[in-house]
Amino acid sequence: MKNTISERIFDFLKNYPPFNLISNATLIEVSQNVEIQYFEKDQIIFSQNDNPHEHFYIIYQGSVRLYRFVENEKHILDICDEGDLFGLRPLIMKENYVMGASANEETILYGIPIALFHDIILNYPKVSQFLIASFATNTREPFSEKHKGKLFANVSAIQKIEHGFSEIQSANYNKNPITCSPDTTVQTACIIMTKNIINSIIVTENDIPIGIITDKDIKTKIGTGLYKITNKVSDIMNSPVVTFHQNISVAEAQIKLLKHKVSHLCITKDGTNKSEIVGILTQQDLILTQGNSPSLLIKEIKNAKDTETLKHIRTKASGLTKGYLEQEIPIYFVTKVISEINTAITKKAIRLSISEIGKEPPVKFSWLALGSQGRKEQLLMTDQDNALVFENVAPAQYNSVKNYFLQLSEKVTEKLNIVGFEYCPANIMASNPKWCISLEEWEQQFEEWITDPIPEKILLSIIFFDFELIYGDDSLYNKMAKSVFKTIEKNQIFLSFLGKVTLDNPPPLGFFKQFLVEDNGENKDSFDIKSRAIRPLVDGARILSLHHNLRVNNTIARYEKLMEMEPQNSDLFESCANAFKILLQFRTSQGLTNNDNGKFVDINSLNKADRLKLKSCFKPIKNVQEAIKLRFKTSQIPQI
Amino acid sequence: MFSWFKYKNYPLFWKEYSKKFKQKQPKSFENTRFVIFDTETTGLDISNDRILSIGAIGIFENVIEVIDNFEIYLKQDQFKAETVEIHGILKEGKLTKMSEAEAMENFIAYIGNAVLVAHHTAFDIEMINAALKRLDLPKLKNKTIDTGILYKKLEGKKDAHFNLDLLSDEFSIPKHDRHTAAGDAFITALLFLKIISKLKKERNLHYSDLFRVSGKEGLM
Repeated sequence: MKNTISERIFDFLKNYPPFNLISNATLIEVSQNVEIQYFEKDQIIFSQNDNPHEHFYIIYQGSVRLYRFVENEKHILDICDEGDLFGLRPLIMKENYVMGASANEETILYGIPIALFHDIILNYPKVSQFLIASFATNTREPFSEKHKGKLFANVSAIQKIEHGFSEIQSANYNKNPITCSPDTTVQTACIIMTKNIINSIIVTENDIPIGIITDKDIKTKIGTGLYKITNKVSDIMNSPVVTFHQNISVAEAQIKLLKHKVSHLCITKDGTNKSEIVGILTQQDLILTQGNSPSLLIKEIKNAKDTETLKHIRTKASGLTKGYLEQEIPIYFVTKVISEINTAITKKAIRLSISEIGKEPPVKFSWLALGSQGRKEQLLMTDQDNALVFENVAPAQYNSVKNYFLQLSEKVTEKLNIVGFEYCPANIMASNPKWCISLEEWEQQFEEWITDPIPEKILLSIIFFDFELIYGDDSLYNKMAKSVFKTIEKNQIFLSFLGKVTLDNPPPLGFFKQFLVEDNGENKDSFDIKSRAIRPLVDGARILSLHHNLRVNNTIARYEKLMEMEPQNSDLFESCANAFKILLQFRTSQGLTNNDNGKFVDINSLNKADRLKLKSCFKPIKNVQEAIKLRFKTSQIPQI
Repeated sequence: MFSWFKYKNYPLFWKEYSKKFKQKQPKSFENTRFVIFDTETTGLDISNDRILSIGAIGIFENVIEVIDNFEIYLKQDQFKAETVEIHGILKEGKLTKMSEAEAMENFIAYIGNAVLVAHHTAFDIEMINAALKRLDLPKLKNKTIDTGILYKKLEGKKDAHFNLDLLSDEFSIPKHDRHTAAGDAFITALLFLKIISKLKKERNLHYSDLFRVSGKEGLM
């Protein structure tokens, strides 16, 4: 039966998320069940604390004001316009309206029955992703008692899917691992391996994996004559084994393999190497599931003989990033993989440079990544930010040691530049004599920055306090980190100064179709997503982590850690982490599309879904800034 | 006596329909189901022209319920090529069509005792009544509202007379599917909600006012 009216509603809805994400048949059903309502200007649609309606609304014509009374004072929270959704969260949460809604002008609304939508949320992961993105605490007061910990609580449907979102495809592994006892001879083990056509065998004692032998060991230990085939497997096995529990996802497996630089993972009952073996997962298994493997790239980096090859591999990594984003693999995982690749490239560049110099480093040193690389959030090619610390040496030796490391840094930064990491315009690089210094000089420097926080020093601490060890000696790195925390602990006022700077970037609050856009220069009318949205979240995470002595650099990891430290604010931090993920993903896909660093977003090119997505991230920014303002009493700090 | 005999022989659907008017009728906006409808016809001659299609949609508690909609196309014995241009309904089109008798049975079952609303209701009602008469059935019993007349009750519109196109423009209603019965019914439904809302804002509007003709007592 023809249904002209619902066809017209269908035509409207299909232009707007999340309706553009569902099948035509389902959308037709939705369209047939829409209720249409008309509101005069200023007429109330629902009031704060009303019981939830049976419908949520999408604006067909006009605009709607969302407001909230706090202590009898009315706050306008947002103005929604054509195609915007509102009034959905309370229906899912089964709670009363947290805010009121009234017509901002003459308005026609389409009411979508929630009863129909519950199934859609369950059946369309993309719809729930969209809702999660637009909920990322759109509506909440940061510290109100009432809504604590309720972001996704009580919403089994959404929670379930959110889980499925971050936990991608589970990895396939061999559930019948071939094992042998430690007393088995190498020859017997090889016969078993050949018979079963496998490239590894697990050595077990009472089903507990104690070691593993792979083809490589046969080649390097037997083939070379180091051991004989009559030796016991326990003589040549690799021990202990790297283990994981049974619910392993492709992402986790990949990270584990990369981290431990192994090709096999033993899957055990409880995930430790003290429990029974239940399976074996090889790199090959992952390649088969994935098709495209970062492990391969890492391998290529290891084997690279020159900078040009590294450059080529980094280009491939960009392709990988793009593929991951298209597959909607969680951004946290993508950043981890790309950071591992960048780290491997830097390491290789250092090794190549050392062999070019032809002389081993005179003393211990650490190569440090700073800024976004230090936080492992680098997805696109950005500028290099790095530094070097070397062991304290006697004054007589100092110059020659420093010269060696400057020469090394010069070579490394040059190579990184060729690979595609451009020189830092502010010259924050290890090749700068200022940033290639001994441990005690760094410690002095940090102390000076913290105890005398003048603006330029604060800016430096922002960059330097996100340092991460890339290559070299970890004791130097650990000592540096310790000195930072110790000095900050004694000088808490520093955090207030840091907070003040952090608040210098007001969040764009997306009032009525508008973003805070740049009003002059080359990037006129674009939105500076890096400075206005990403940086405030990064800054917020940093200052709070310094406050809690957290030795984590990654912004998402910092917020996750903060959720543990301050359970009372866990919903705020969760929303920040969510917003950060969305923004990072956004910046990366923008950057990949425009082949640049994704710093500026042309707002005219954004579709409705993207606009909503971006807008949803602004609230957490504002909330975390408010929190910092209060906690570190930044208003008492004079303008700096 | 004769009419009593005839009543006895009305088909079941008509008896059901009549029964609905025997009960107490709703007396307020909120309790009333409004059916906003439109007909497309082969022309404007009540006795010679025929209904091509009927489109309708229900309003209850100030809400347009899309699920409560009605859209049918009728088989035509009389076919006038010259009006095809306006309504776009061909004699043999892809649409499933029904006979006039089936159409009336469906329509009557759908409207029940709802208040019928149309833009320039008189014509549409007459077309339906003519069809009913051909089936030996009495006239419609429903109360009716004409959005054209309702519009004149708004301040300063006393002598205005506008067609649906002009009113759609004035009330900024998108003119999709204009000149299809369902499309026009939908536009009229939005128009109806908007006019009612404006009337309520202008004055204390009583339910009974809706049915009064402009220029008479009460509203002016």
